[in-house]
Amino acid sequence: MLDLTPKELSERSALRINPAKTCQPVGAMYAALGVHKCMPHSHGSQGCCSFHRMYLTRHFKEPAIAASSSFTEGASVFGGGANLKTSVKNIFDMYKPEIIAVHTTCLSETIGDDLNAFIQDIDIPEGKYVVHTNTPSYVGSHITGFANMISGFIKYLAKGAKVKNGKVNIIPGFVNPGDMREMKKLADLMGASYIMLPDTSGVLDAPMTGSYDMYPKGGTKIEDIVSMGDSEMTFALGQLTSENPANDLKRKCGVPFVSMPLPIGIAATDEYVMALSRFTKNEVPYQIEEERGQLVDIMLDGHPYFHNKTVAIYGDPDTVLGITALVLEMGMIPKYVVTGTPGESFNIKAKELFDKAGVTGCIAKAPGDLFELHQWIKNDPVDLLIGGTHGKHIARAEDIPLVRAGFPIIDRYVHSYMPIVGYKGAIRLVELILTALMDRQDRDCNEEDMEMVM
Amino acid sequence: MSSMEKVLDQYSSKVYKNRKQHILEKADEVQQIAADVRTVPGIMTNRGCCYAGCKGVVLSPIKDAAVITHGPIGCGFYTWGTRRHKAKGDENTKNFLEYCFSTDMQEADIVFGGEKKLRQAIKEVVEIFDPATVVICSTCPVGLIGDDIHAVAAEAEKLYGRKVMAYSCEGYKGVSQSGGHHIASNGLIKHVIGTGDRVPKKYAVNVLGEYNIGGDGWEISRILKRIGYDIICSLPGDGSYVEIKSAHVADLNLVQCHRSINYVAEMMKEQYGTAWLKVNFIGVKGTIESLRNMAKFFGDEDLIAKTEEIIADELAAIMDDMEYYKTKLKGKTAALFVGGSRSHHYQGLLKELDMETILAGYEFGHRDDYEGREVIPTIKQDGDSKSIESIKVEKIPDKYKVYLSEDRYAKLKEEIGLESYEGMIKEMENGAIIVDDMNHFETEEFLKLLKPDVFFSGIKDKYVAQKGGILSRQLHSYDYSGPYAGFSGAVNFARDVTMGIYTPAWGYVKAPWKTEPTLEGQVAGGER
Repeated sequence: MLDLTPKELSERSALRINPAKTCQPVGAMYAALGVHKCMPHSHGSQGCCSFHRMYLTRHFKEPAIAASSSFTEGASVFGGGANLKTSVKNIFDMYKPEIIAVHTTCLSETIGDDLNAFIQDIDIPEGKYVVHTNTPSYVGSHITGFANMISGFIKYLAKGAKVKNGKVNIIPGFVNPGDMREMKKLADLMGASYIMLPDTSGVLDAPMTGSYDMYPKGGTKIEDIVSMGDSEMTFALGQLTSENPANDLKRKCGVPFVSMPLPIGIAATDEYVMALSRFTKNEVPYQIEEERGQLVDIMLDGHPYFHNKTVAIYGDPDTVLGITALVLEMGMIPKYVVTGTPGESFNIKAKELFDKAGVTGCIAKAPGDLFELHQWIKNDPVDLLIGGTHGKHIARAEDIPLVRAGFPIIDRYVHSYMPIVGYKGAIRLVELILTALMDRQDRDCNEEDMEMVM
Repeated sequence: MSSMEKVLDQYSSKVYKNRKQHILEKADEVQQIAADVRTVPGIMTNRGCCYAGCKGVVLSPIKDAAVITHGPIGCGFYTWGTRRHKAKGDENTKNFLEYCFSTDMQEADIVFGGEKKLRQAIKEVVEIFDPATVVICSTCPVGLIGDDIHAVAAEAEKLYGRKVMAYSCEGYKGVSQSGGHHIASNGLIKHVIGTGDRVPKKYAVNVLGEYNIGGDGWEISRILKRIGYDIICSLPGDGSYVEIKSAHVADLNLVQCHRSINYVAEMMKEQYGTAWLKVNFIGVKGTIESLRNMAKFFGDEDLIAKTEEIIADELAAIMDDMEYYKTKLKGKTAALFVGGSRSHHYQGLLKELDMETILAGYEFGHRDDYEGREVIPTIKQDGDSKSIESIKVEKIPDKYKVYLSEDRYAKLKEEIGLESYEGMIKEMENGAIIVDDMNHFETEEFLKLLKPDVFFSGIKDKYVAQKGGILSRQLHSYDYSGPYAGFSGAVNFARDVTMGIYTPAWGYVKAPWKTEPTLEGQVAGGER
């Protein structure tokens, strides 16, 4: 397994090996699926759209719909305006969405297609919408594309009518439907009235009913996106992902925002709950206190099995930072934390977490890749890996247990229904970590040392 | 109104005009279908792109090649480990299938050109991995900004003393993955095949267009080796650059996936005289017929006898299982929508399991895959097909060898169908529906109208069908199972379909409170 990876590190300036990121459009597609009755549309050649639909379907095990401008060589030379026009007509005719959310690709960006002009030129049926965002694949990552699509919805739709709606906007970050449900649960328990954008719960975790519905019940309603401009404030969860769209809404409609980490682990969830409490002016109800107390209880109970264990965490920036914070709260050492998404703030924020916890010798890298992470591990191993599917080869090669969390997880089921955010999500992560480490002890210990009670 | 008309009837006139040429109801007369033409934008096709066909399908499986995707990160990422073309390295053969190499182009590379970064990436891959060969595949922006990847490759080849190949397979070329298969084939013919010097043994064959999905290729090789064939190379499933170099020394090319690899077979026939035979190792009858045709080609009595012995032996091992699964699957109906060959290959196996194919179509097949190779001279070239390079090859006299005498060739050409392929339609039953490039709308509508028991398709459709209550099995990836080829593969397939149909969860779709009242009513004012 990964036998060709040498232990010796070498300087690389051009070759990306085993990336820990993918390109913008798939993030934009995911965000668009979180809007009710929305058809995501990929303005480029067919392959992009197919790749992205495949990837999302593999992660969620749910249909991921999207259309494509189906560029040919001609469109690449003369521009894709005609293709977009035909697409919009056909999509409204055949698939009857309320809204089409167009994102670009490296192809349409490189030839300089002007989506603003194209869309202005299209006859959009009464009461329907076409919005767009620019997602050149050669900038940022799928996280950037996710954020850009949210900004696209805001720029086209959000309106400030000066009559406040008493709500808080929640931009949940690049997380699973299970996480969005957990964030909403906490907001509901706090008595907050909110608009979440995007909201893929009820879309990418829709139930089996026996009849296929192209547009399941979930997703942010268009009128709610419009109303976001009238909200009291916005919570940008996951600073590196959600701050930009929150800022775009502030610029457009003057809605102030509070930016905070993804609520992964105790402190970050506390921050979210406190922010909700400040917003609603409601006291934190017992049910939330109970969950928090259960989490702390579990962390105390299980600590002998994870204390001072070293862990490598890879994946998307806000998710990795969140998990890093949690493992530090558990008394573990996040020896390597890596994201493929470029951006120095990741390194700074990771360092702040290390410093706050007083751990030394930990490395954070953005943008890094899994090949380099593997080389670090070969030189100085860790006890546990946390991240998506693409680390499974390292896990096997180095015989290190892997806890799957984040995106993409294309080799397991159920994960997208279950949260890693909130106290409940942290309880789940602690269980996954404990089970991984304790299963390992049961597997590796001498027969005479096998413990009946642990 | 037939189900075909019911579906078409819902289209706007423009789309109707286009799509009606792609849908047929099988009838007695000779029928023509539109295929390998561009998809109507916005129509939600399952098709991929030229890069997907070239890099993702044909070149990625070549295990000892370090394939660098020159472009932004996505394309390389999506084709990393997702296609189940299994391969195994050994001490002499490096296996790069667990690796994804990309130049991860950034904005500056798009603006100022990416050649410098590509040059450096090749240097790094050579220094770190010392691969047998380096392959460069370009993505959309590379063609647009005009990076000369062929010049970079030629320069690197000299510098590093090994084959460095470039493939201009930008996603916008052609109308589907199919153009990419052609471009990859051209490159293999130009740069690889004919450069090796392996000495063949008796009954030397190449297995072309077998991708070793779920280990299919290994199952086929196992059977061929039992009979006594010398497999020069498998192209590309579990194939290696080093082996493919010697492909020209084989006596016979076996073509499993006609669509993706017929180019190589045709060009090798021209250059090296290698005859090719369309085989189908999916299904018991298909496998037996393929093995018998191969034996006839070589015409050796021992080989023919050995072939029969192995067939009898393999059959004996699976007969009971096949009989059992038939009892579970008898009378079930199937719809198939897969790439460019499987929708045909699996119909025979389904028939052996007493199942009926009521709809079939290809994602990126050409007319010859539907109607048979005899229609090739009548296929009109258009702007899109012309954007895919078609190379002219000539006989290479010092490497040219013909296994069959002229007389035997003439006799066998008819008997076993050398260099021919009958296509899918001829074998289908009257009334069955044939759909080319079936889109999401048609998929939904046909599934509702025809209600097949199983829909064999890919990941993008799978959960659409299943949410609608119809079992869907992926025939691109076999739902991570397999092998499905050969004799024991047929049993694996039957087992998986049976499992899918009979899994108890289907029985719980309707909650009891949907059919049984739970609220006991009370008439106002009345006594209970």
